[in-house]
Amino acid sequence: MAQASDPHAASAPGGDANDGPLTTADGQPLGRALRRSQRRAKRRAFLLVLPLLAFILITFVVPIAQMLQRSFYNDGFSANMPQLSAWFAATERGTDPDDAAWAALAADLTATAEARTIGVVGTRINYDMAGTRSLFTSTGRKVRDGIEPPYREALLEIDEKWGNPRLWSVMREASSPVTTNFYLASLDRTRDDDGNITMAPENQQVYVMLFQRTFGLSLLITVATFVLGFPIAHLLATLPMRRANLLMILVLLPFWTSLLVRTTSWIVLLQQQGVVNDLLIWAGIIDANGRLQMIYNRTGTIIAMTHILLPFMILPLYSVMRTINPSYVRAARSLGATSWTAFRRIYFPQTLPGLGAGALLVFILAVGYYITPALVGGSSGQLISNMIAMHMTDTLNWSMAAALAALLLGSVLALYWIYDRLVGIDNLKLG
Amino acid sequence: MALPKYASPLEKAWHWAYLVICTLIFIFLIAPIIVIIPLSFNAEPYFTFTDKMRSFDPDGYSMRWYDSLLTFGMQAPDGPRNGGWWADAWNNAKWINAAKNSMIIGFFSTILATALGTLAALGLSRPEMPFRRAIMAILISPMIVPLIITATGMFFFYSNPCSVLGWVGLPSNCGRLAGTYTGVILAHATLGIPFVIITVTATLVGFDQSLNRAAASLGANPRTTFFRVTMPLILPGVISGALFAFVTSFDEVVAVLFIAGPDQQTIPRQMWNGIREQISPAILAVATILVLFSIALLTTVELLRRRSERMRGVTPH
Amino acid sequence: MKSVLIASTALVGIASAALAEGEVNVVSWGGAYEVSQVEAYNKPFTEQTGIKVNMIAADNPATPLKAQVEAGNITGDVFDIEVSDAIRLCDEGALVEIDPADLPAAPDGTPAAEDFIDGALQDCAVANIFWGTVIAFDTTKFPDAPPATAADFFDLEKFPGKRGLPKNPKRTLYLALIADGVPADQIYDKLASEEGVAQAFAKLDTIKDNVVWWEAGAQPVQLLADGEVTMATGYNGRFFDAMVGEGKPFAIIWDGQYMDLDMFAIPKGSPNPEAAMEYLKFATDTQRLADQAKYIAYGPSRKSSAALVGTYKDGTTEMAPHMPTNPDHMTSAVMDDPEFWADHDAELSEQFNAWLAS
Repeated sequence: MAQASDPHAASAPGGDANDGPLTTADGQPLGRALRRSQRRAKRRAFLLVLPLLAFILITFVVPIAQMLQRSFYNDGFSANMPQLSAWFAATERGTDPDDAAWAALAADLTATAEARTIGVVGTRINYDMAGTRSLFTSTGRKVRDGIEPPYREALLEIDEKWGNPRLWSVMREASSPVTTNFYLASLDRTRDDDGNITMAPENQQVYVMLFQRTFGLSLLITVATFVLGFPIAHLLATLPMRRANLLMILVLLPFWTSLLVRTTSWIVLLQQQGVVNDLLIWAGIIDANGRLQMIYNRTGTIIAMTHILLPFMILPLYSVMRTINPSYVRAARSLGATSWTAFRRIYFPQTLPGLGAGALLVFILAVGYYITPALVGGSSGQLISNMIAMHMTDTLNWSMAAALAALLLGSVLALYWIYDRLVGIDNLKLG
Repeated sequence: MALPKYASPLEKAWHWAYLVICTLIFIFLIAPIIVIIPLSFNAEPYFTFTDKMRSFDPDGYSMRWYDSLLTFGMQAPDGPRNGGWWADAWNNAKWINAAKNSMIIGFFSTILATALGTLAALGLSRPEMPFRRAIMAILISPMIVPLIITATGMFFFYSNPCSVLGWVGLPSNCGRLAGTYTGVILAHATLGIPFVIITVTATLVGFDQSLNRAAASLGANPRTTFFRVTMPLILPGVISGALFAFVTSFDEVVAVLFIAGPDQQTIPRQMWNGIREQISPAILAVATILVLFSIALLTTVELLRRRSERMRGVTPH
Repeated sequence: MKSVLIASTALVGIASAALAEGEVNVVSWGGAYEVSQVEAYNKPFTEQTGIKVNMIAADNPATPLKAQVEAGNITGDVFDIEVSDAIRLCDEGALVEIDPADLPAAPDGTPAAEDFIDGALQDCAVANIFWGTVIAFDTTKFPDAPPATAADFFDLEKFPGKRGLPKNPKRTLYLALIADGVPADQIYDKLASEEGVAQAFAKLDTIKDNVVWWEAGAQPVQLLADGEVTMATGYNGRFFDAMVGEGKPFAIIWDGQYMDLDMFAIPKGSPNPEAAMEYLKFATDTQRLADQAKYIAYGPSRKSSAALVGTYKDGTTEMAPHMPTNPDHMTSAVMDDPEFWADHDAELSEQFNAWLAS
């Protein structure tokens, strides 16, 4: 295990000294020559990193930034309904739609129906007001055959929902491509007819609960990995090197085994007709009709994720415990401390750096987990990542997915920053 | 872990309880991986030990699931097993195709990640490196950012990589990377890079910069210095970094689900489909092969690590 | 580095050049249904044309299709989708229009436009099969008094055990209403009203804690076979395959079956449009549709195919009693209303997901 910290900081050439008369062989002032060579060395070091930095920026940072842009930018309405958007821009909030507005609406609807983009418009409005997509598509089918003035009466004839003031308020919101509505929706908030922020209807409040569940489960998993990882790390750290290395393989093998393989194993072990239930029945703990449901729910997610993340707790704990000098504990014992006191007052505090590193890493990884909950989580074990995936592939509400992703990314980056402050990224170790 | 002679009976009891607890945790760690190996030889399509298996009746075991890895997807799986049959398997069997794809993608993404990552690690380990901490944080971030966020970002970007140019008024359409091998390779290289950086910088921590200066003062040019002095010393770290990068690609499924096309069917993607639909013991057969594969990789990495520590004079602690 | 990029690009180039000769990517529903399509359509198609068929499995192919269209990144050529999705995507201009005159006529010369049953030809899609969503149960779990109706599915007292249900509103809400005593012909009127939807969710609430949700068509069969659930709804052909093909102890309850058509559609901008059209014509001809019934219990969408449907691939099982279109199975069947779902699917899905997560 390599040691942490930056070993080179100390050996950096010390800037310019007060060296007026000193010159180099070719007669230059030494200070300037040193500064120049230092600049050159800096540039050379940076040039080595540059290709990778550019690569990561292009293939990683830019794509994520571009995706997050969708969380506050959606031109599904404004780009396809130019005339009505212009009317909204020219009038104030709360203005009742006049004849010009109805004419603009009819013209835009006809145009989008013919261009077959009316579904896009309807989908955009539907995000803020559920149940309106069909209003647009069904109206579109009718106006494609032609629509005559007076437009207000004609549209209300097709569907009286067109007269709903809330619909007009929502369309006004959508007429500007930049919006905060998706962030509001990710926090279970919505806007009322006057544009004020209110709570979403109770049967649509999911996201705050899901964020809470994600953080709660991640915390639980972090605690579980600590409870299971601490004794193991301690055992490995106190055993003689040779035997510790042998047992270390038992920790590293799961670490190197495919995530999907480990998830599969848990499905096989935990399902109702699986090995664990069979063992429990054989041992007489449960009877054949009382097989436990341990998979496709929250329990399955917790067990499988604890197993998968456990090595990330053990490895940093182990490398810190290795460096703890056993004579401190012995000294405490010889001064009359019980073994529990010696552990609590002397040993445990020294493991805190490893514990902090492991706990943060496990928590960060758990918060963003997708694969395992998707496969073994059922509906009660789904996390916020699974909701992002659902909006990406099923509902195709990409702006919503981006808003949720932004919130998740924000919290992960905050934790990452704390990790860097407390532990230092260069302290990350991989076995 | 010997108990001191002065231990009280209570402490002795606790000591033994502690060892039992540790054993149980080790079982928790390793049992899930071991248990699928015998189950993959089950003659029945169940995921539990049948009576015949428990009594070690040879009839309870079979190679049928391994065989199904070959035949699944073949044009004529029931024909005689001659050259034509094997050619059919090589060209059409789904798991074989998936293995080929995983290998191709893993190979190229590993080379890309290792080359770029090693170069950057060399720069990052220089004392003169400006903004070291911030740059390191950016380069490690693909490991920290939730995969689903990375994958969705790539999904849009790779569908039209030039769309960003539209922001500055340049032509904003230049084909796509999604659904191509190149796209998946680039994505996997990105995900593998943090591992290369971490392992190579760890090797460079113990690296004595005066060796480079000594080489230079003896008249070696920077290239010679790199290949004759630096490279041999950091090589073990580079190889384990490469292995990590390869495993990352070999095990990656989220980015593949979002950006790969029908041609880039990889082993994890095939497994993902299999697990979601129905876990036939064929999945366990694949899993068993993958476990053996990871044992081989783990052994290699451990040997390399010890060799590197020996060479750099770092005593294992 | 450059050489690596060049090498990898070259490799990709070679791979795609070799495949461009003749290839078609068909996105379908996986599992036993995919097997039936491979046997009945793909193998003879490749034999006759030399075009290679890649099958891609999806839980519901309309989902990747919509995502691919939206992202402008189309990788599939032919998609096997439901009627409502075909209508909606056709409305949005995402699908290639199909002229019935291009489709092969029946063997007796009847033009395709007359040979296909009503609703099987849409502007942008051609149906291949009729299929039903039905309830199946494990007969070993209820040996004495087996369940017989949709209401029994919701009766946890008389028929204990977990239930398998699909994770979408389309095939769950209707079942709750049927079980609540709503006649089959009033389902859509109910679902169009807020009270009706609330009634359906209220009924689903009674079993919510005992439901294992599935997404891919092969899952309910697996859940039943593994004993994870005692009753599940699923696609009738999948249950048939498990019962007759693998001898699983399942039985089907036809009461409250949901009947639907599956259609082939081609998105605009697909990578192999000619091969796609060729495949679509080939796969929907009289013989192919009849052949498919040899492998799975789904009804062909051509009248001329019906006469050619015989026995299952084992050679002894008559297919007629297992078909969703059997008159005995249609008494309380709910027919799919594509227009209704084209308009309401998005909204009901949203409510369903919120209900599921809370």
